[in-house]
Amino acid sequence: MARTVPSGELALGCQPRNDVAKRKADIGTLYRGSPGQWSWLAHRITGIAVILFLFAHVVDTAVVGWGPEAYDRVVAVYHNWVVKLLELGLVAAVLYHAINGVKIMLFDFWPATTRYMKPLSVASTGLFLLSMAPITWIMGRSILRSAGVL
Amino acid sequence: MAVETPERSPSSPARGPGAGFLGYRGRERPAGGFELWSWLFMRVSGVLLLVLAVGHVLIMHVVDEGVDRVDFGFVATRWGSPFWRTWDWALLVLALIHGINGLRVVVQDYVRWPGARLAVNMLFYSIGFILFVLGTVVVFTFDPSKWPGAV
Repeated sequence: MARTVPSGELALGCQPRNDVAKRKADIGTLYRGSPGQWSWLAHRITGIAVILFLFAHVVDTAVVGWGPEAYDRVVAVYHNWVVKLLELGLVAAVLYHAINGVKIMLFDFWPATTRYMKPLSVASTGLFLLSMAPITWIMGRSILRSAGVL
Repeated sequence: MAVETPERSPSSPARGPGAGFLGYRGRERPAGGFELWSWLFMRVSGVLLLVLAVGHVLIMHVVDEGVDRVDFGFVATRWGSPFWRTWDWALLVLALIHGINGLRVVVQDYVRWPGARLAVNMLFYSIGFILFVLGTVVVFTFDPSKWPGAV
């Protein structure tokens, strides 16, 4: 397609596309992606984190079948404050994956909502952060108690 | 079972009415076959896990002292109820399949060589199967009366 391309764009080696409204001011600046791209990445990372934890968690729970002495020794690991910090991360990962999953299903089963992808991404991230606030408060106090600070 | 899954078709931009943000709609829904069932399963199990997994995490890790109160006696009391045994078993099964199918999709993206892809997938499927058997046996055969005085 015949199209006049400003020399600056050619020098950057990028082919501007007609169908993607890219502001001229963006050219040459840091690539920030779209909200969907970042939530895709976060969905993937949180999902991998949760399934890898699940592999360990099924084994540690199964120890309950070997009696109280064995199980209580295993579960004591979860009462360590460093492990509790990871536990807070696990809760955050599950919640993020769940809330973002609902957003994905909304887009899948009601395609018209993809027009509002940006505000919906802001809303779902906001919901996640909002729900993490009391959880971080509660679990944070437990972490500090285990660390001997509180 | 489809182990050698075909490459996903490159998503083409959807234009016109119904097209989403910037005229794109992300990855296309699979057209049919195993991948469509997998796509549907992720959504159906996702809705169930919304209750099972989020509920589990809030009950076990956040409310009422969280994990501090969890010990052998706690599990024995909790699994005294068939409701929680069923909950935990459903969570085990759905989370394993949902998670391992998710890993399969990730592996499809990053492990390009077919032999390595098969090996990595087989490793995850084997771990999943072993954990399914282990978890199922423990959830349904756990009997705290074997250790009198422990509860």
